[in-house]
Amino acid sequence: MIETTEPRPRTTPRVVPSPLRRLAAIRPAYWVLIALLVAIAATSPAFLEPQGYMNFLRRAAPLVILAAGQLFVIVAGGFDLSVGSLITLVVMASSLLIQGDPAQTWWVIALVYGIGLAVGLFNGLVVSWLKVPSIITTLGMLLALKGIALAWSGGSPQGYLPDNFRDFGRLTWRGLPGIDLLPLAVVVMVAAVALLWWLMHGTVLGRLLLAVGDNPRAAELAGARVRLVRTIAFVVSALSAVTAGILLGGFAGVSTNVGDGYELQAIAAIVIGGAQLLGGRGTVPGAVAGALSLSALFTLLNLIGLPKPLRDAAQGLILIVAVGWSVRRRRRGGA
Amino acid sequence: MSAIAAAGRSRRRAELPVPAILIAASVTGFTVTALATGQSAQLSADGVIAVLERVVALGLVALGQTFVILARSIDLSVANLVSVGAVMASWLMQGDPAMMLPAVAAVLAISAVVGAINGLLVTRFEINPLIATLGVGLVLQGLLSASFQNFAGAVPESFQVLAYGQVGPVPYPVIGLFVLAGCAAFVLRSTRFGAHLYATGGNPDGARLAGIRTHRVTLAAHVICSLAAGLTGLYLASRLRSGAPWVGRDGIYDLESIAVVVIGGTILAGGRGGVWGTLAGVILFGALDAAFTMIGIDAFVKQVLRGGIVIAAVAAYAYRTKGHVA
Amino acid sequence: MRIGVMIGTAAVLAVAAGGAAQAQSFDDPKEFEAQRALMSAKAEGPADKPWEQHYGSQMVDTAKYKKPGPYKLCFSNAGVGNPWRVVGFTTMQAEVDLHKADIASFTVADAEGKDDKQISDIKAMLASGKCDALIVSPNTTAALTPAVEEACKQVPVIVFDRGVLTNCPVTVVKPIGGYAFGIAAAEYIAANVPKGGKVLALRILPGVDVLENRWAAAKRIFDEKGIQVVGVEFTDGDRAKTKSIVEDTLTRVGKLDAVWMDAGATSVAAIEAFEDQGMDVPIVTGEDQQDFLQKWKQSGMKAVAPTYPTYQWRTAVIAALRVLKGEKVPGPAWSLPQPTITAETLDKYVNDKMPPLHYAMCGCEGMPDYPQRWIGK
Repeated sequence: MIETTEPRPRTTPRVVPSPLRRLAAIRPAYWVLIALLVAIAATSPAFLEPQGYMNFLRRAAPLVILAAGQLFVIVAGGFDLSVGSLITLVVMASSLLIQGDPAQTWWVIALVYGIGLAVGLFNGLVVSWLKVPSIITTLGMLLALKGIALAWSGGSPQGYLPDNFRDFGRLTWRGLPGIDLLPLAVVVMVAAVALLWWLMHGTVLGRLLLAVGDNPRAAELAGARVRLVRTIAFVVSALSAVTAGILLGGFAGVSTNVGDGYELQAIAAIVIGGAQLLGGRGTVPGAVAGALSLSALFTLLNLIGLPKPLRDAAQGLILIVAVGWSVRRRRRGGA
Repeated sequence: MSAIAAAGRSRRRAELPVPAILIAASVTGFTVTALATGQSAQLSADGVIAVLERVVALGLVALGQTFVILARSIDLSVANLVSVGAVMASWLMQGDPAMMLPAVAAVLAISAVVGAINGLLVTRFEINPLIATLGVGLVLQGLLSASFQNFAGAVPESFQVLAYGQVGPVPYPVIGLFVLAGCAAFVLRSTRFGAHLYATGGNPDGARLAGIRTHRVTLAAHVICSLAAGLTGLYLASRLRSGAPWVGRDGIYDLESIAVVVIGGTILAGGRGGVWGTLAGVILFGALDAAFTMIGIDAFVKQVLRGGIVIAAVAAYAYRTKGHVA
Repeated sequence: MRIGVMIGTAAVLAVAAGGAAQAQSFDDPKEFEAQRALMSAKAEGPADKPWEQHYGSQMVDTAKYKKPGPYKLCFSNAGVGNPWRVVGFTTMQAEVDLHKADIASFTVADAEGKDDKQISDIKAMLASGKCDALIVSPNTTAALTPAVEEACKQVPVIVFDRGVLTNCPVTVVKPIGGYAFGIAAAEYIAANVPKGGKVLALRILPGVDVLENRWAAAKRIFDEKGIQVVGVEFTDGDRAKTKSIVEDTLTRVGKLDAVWMDAGATSVAAIEAFEDQGMDVPIVTGEDQQDFLQKWKQSGMKAVAPTYPTYQWRTAVIAALRVLKGEKVPGPAWSLPQPTITAETLDKYVNDKMPPLHYAMCGCEGMPDYPQRWIGK
């Protein structure tokens, strides 16, 4: 699709970089995140209490999981615009099938993971075998999944989500030694991120994804099953979206617009985290840092009380600046 | 996706007459549905013109988006730019016919500036176009909502002629759309800029080696796209009698224009396609929408079908692509 | 460098423009007083059928529209993009079923929330010749005015939910209005919160006329009664955002005495924000959605629910039929009662067999297929 050709990396003689140079070489995402967290703590010292930062992590959890999952697709060179609508479908379907009865929760959760698997497979198949560009495929799915969610429910949520479902987003254990509170959502987030981290950086899948994203033809010649690898990426993204959807539905309850806009937020998070669109570069920690940064930005703007319209503008500017900085770093030969 | 693979791909693919196929599909689908549901009144000239009239706004935006995608870029800021155009037009005019021309000039100027910003971010700063234009769109949205909260100002009666005037049975906007498409097609096919645009999109390295100033070409493509969006804003201001900050977002012009351009045969890798394909894609959307309305399908199911059509329409010819697609 | 200058210029232009930009004023003191008066006025008509009631005795003579039945009705719907509209449209369809004998056909065009499309829809419906009368629920007031004016020249037009900037429709059906909604919620808060009490105002989005009126009214009352508004935030109608904003506000100010909301779709999310922190729930205002009413009842909190009744969708059909039969209708404005649910009347409306975002003030209890048509049990 859109490709910016990279200049040749400069080969510099091996010199030990000065400490300053080394600091500058660290991914900008971490600097952005640290800056935002410091700003939040300065505006509101209560943030440094467990109550403050645990709540923040609880709220950021869905986006973190979503971004870490979408990273797989981005690294392989594609886009997954369908995740927001998938979240909406998961929440609406859950409320419709569970109808407030706690006994139904578990098989419905299994079912929605099944739906996620089907969506991921569909995306992967259409992109890999029918050769429809992922932006178009997942755009079509964005429309279709939202339409299915609304058509199935008649335009309005049909049932309540019972407490055991809501617990995923709301339950917080209190009185723990040391940290004092621990939301279930944070536990889920840590587990999901650990799993995705292992998949991307601890197995051969991650290396295959990077290879496929960088140069699919070369990867294929080297023996990689490009189409299978891409499909797996879409499945990972979709299953992450289902997890994020369960957390979001738990946190906020059921509504028809629960997933709106999350796909672009996930992509923005990944990009702030240093991943390269169109493939070949990206890490799970980077994506996590990017997602936390976006959530921190939202929180900071809430705490300052900046008027809403300026928040949109601030988000846009930060996005451009963060990406521009990443690009400059890469041009200078950084990692 | 390396440049060499892309160039090879375009050489090996046979030329599919995508615009003709899409028009044929639109006409067939529309006619069959009209006859099947007993609404043959829709098959009259008025019925057809009504379908065309519904797609003018999307068509204008998509014409601009075609240029950008041909250059191997993309523009996600168009929806918010449409809103900016509509709001600025009606706010500057304030119902005063004397202000019409200055307002139109101002809107086009602002659009050009935004296009230049997009182009610079993409070329000089090498920021991925998706992110760059997404960011610019967000900034536009923010600035707009900060300043204008509702329909601002009004458009004078004489300006409304743009949207409501007719030549015989054909409304001005429909004529305008085809005329602009014709101009765009001319530029793409018969001018040096057009040739440079195809080269830049199809094989940027090769184009640069051949001496084409690819950065300038891409910048120009972005300016054209933004001008088209600004023009759409003017049209909507004329049709809705004034402009509101949400007109662009309501129309989902960003994602739908991309879908329509790709359905029309212009590939996202750049370098192939054209405006007649885009126009045919827009007409397909309009005809299918009209057909669904005739059948009485409800809005939610329509959305599912629309999503399916986006995928199916592209799959219909994309499967012939050799090589991998991301 | 160049980019910075360009962005800066654009920004300065926009912000400078903004200062002078307000076209329609959303804070009209006369309208405020008028609606406040109507809140305590007595409505004419059957007390058990509020959708047939009206204020004042102004009627419109419709003899010139009289036609023999059965009638072909056309309806241009702004869309069904939120649960309020879904419940309203379902109720309207049930009303059409009630009058099956009089209605030959009921054609609906769904504009999917787009002004541009609604204008085309109206034109298409009129051109099809299948309309004896046209009912319109406009997507926005100003944009739909020319289309409605054109329509008036061909058929009698009934407008509801939102008005248009022309007097040509036979009647415009609306409950009392946005100011009344804002007043009901704000006055309850003012009466139950100490002077200087802290209120957080949560709004959906700026620029929507009905919502702006609600806030303008509330602000006036809070200013009058010395209630301190610690923040005015926009939630986009998103539950997760609402909850986050309330949590952050609590971090910022420590304690809240009340949360004023301009619509009830996310009220439960605001309530949960307090529950999740282990805090007592203060006053939170809502609307007639079942999830809010049930939460209110179960938790025993202090709350109030102003409504924007969905039964107005019934009135639109009733008005259209009366016009075509030549009977008089209230007009040019048909103001419907706009009840507020209080702790005393809560039991009448709460119903845990209905879905969470079902609007209790739909007037649908006696209608055909209740409760299944509204997805109840």
